[in-house]
Amino acid sequence: MAPRKLYGMPLSPNVVRVAAALNEKGLDFEIVPVDLRTGAHKQPEFLALNPFGQIPALQDGDEVLYESRAINRYIATKYTEGPELLPTPSAKLEVWLEVESHHFYPHVSPLVFQLLIKPMLGGAADPVVVDKHAHELARVLDVYETHLAQNKYLAGDAFTLADLNHMSYLFCLSKTPKADLVASRPHVKAWWDDISARPAFQKTVAAIPFPPSA
Amino acid sequence: MAPVKVFGPAMSTNVARVLVCLEEVGAEYEVVNIDFQAMEHKSPEHLARNPFGQIPAFQDGDIVLFESRAIAKYVLRKYSKSAGVDLLREGDLKEAAMVDVWTEVEAHTYNPALSPVVYECLIYPAMRGVPTNQKVVEESLEKLKKVLDVYEARLSKHDYLAGDFLSFADLNHFPYTHYFMGTPHASLFDAYPHVKAWWERLAARPSVKKISANMPLKF
Repeated sequence: MAPRKLYGMPLSPNVVRVAAALNEKGLDFEIVPVDLRTGAHKQPEFLALNPFGQIPALQDGDEVLYESRAINRYIATKYTEGPELLPTPSAKLEVWLEVESHHFYPHVSPLVFQLLIKPMLGGAADPVVVDKHAHELARVLDVYETHLAQNKYLAGDAFTLADLNHMSYLFCLSKTPKADLVASRPHVKAWWDDISARPAFQKTVAAIPFPPSA
Repeated sequence: MAPVKVFGPAMSTNVARVLVCLEEVGAEYEVVNIDFQAMEHKSPEHLARNPFGQIPAFQDGDIVLFESRAIAKYVLRKYSKSAGVDLLREGDLKEAAMVDVWTEVEAHTYNPALSPVVYECLIYPAMRGVPTNQKVVEESLEKLKKVLDVYEARLSKHDYLAGDFLSFADLNHFPYTHYFMGTPHASLFDAYPHVKAWWERLAARPSVKKISANMPLKF
């Protein structure tokens, strides 16, 4: 069987979202570089994998998928080794998968872009954009704080895909001056300390080529 | 068995997302309005259902849920077998993966391009009395054209997005597209014949017709 190929930039949090899932399941894979800076994602070769021209894409045997959250559902469903990332009953788990996608991600993503990625590309963070999204993310994390005071993990007692889908962006956020958004909320902090200590995640972050100054 | 409850106005896009799935599986349900003018969505009672103070929320006995796509999945998983419906295709890994891919595409690519046109042309003028921001509309339409190029190619190969079967992925497109067809830019779809045909197939479904009846295009 052909090895698993994860297409994208090893620094991209959406790519790392998938790498984290592959590592939790103990699966071998290689990252195939698709350098956004050279426009590789808009070339016909890559568009054949993801017609929307975005990273990541995953090739698993003859299956080609894109959209990191869809890829992660596929990994969680197909591979039974390792932790059960999509246990049933699933109602609460599905809610928090959507909360990541529609409440957490829309604010953490622009923050990480402004504070981490833009400077790496030689640009400067836009303070207006940073303040707006930091303010909104704070309100979102207040909801998480209340929820995590009653629940060890987002879906209840066990680590699931709902927690995992947050990790790549939480990690990037922790490298920015807005890390205090998590650090100042005791239950959110405790949850992050717990999940980021998972061996599979330690392996995932060790592979992220952060420049020495970050 | 008590009917399940969906909290929020029936004309709301994300409420409709849930309702169309309830119709597809023939489940009994009750819509409980939430009065936005009266700030009911921020009342302690509603925040207990949805801590983000949004609609829809959902109740089935002891189970209280929020996030329309999570609610819709719960409904489909609960009722599909007895209804003889298979919109998630969870028995087939490849098919389920395609449903998931196109559900994510709707959420993160299609909707962000299309919904600003709906907000600027219909919702903001009607509900906030603000004029349409043409710049936002034009930028969104440019993005939407690029998205529809990909949809056209896909729907030239398959009748529906996840394959040659209707799925949750297609139904997720209904509510906002319904309102888009009430904007001055509806004719954009004429340039994409397979997309237009796909939309017309969706719009003709009894479930979609029934829920659309509570979603007036002039409000």
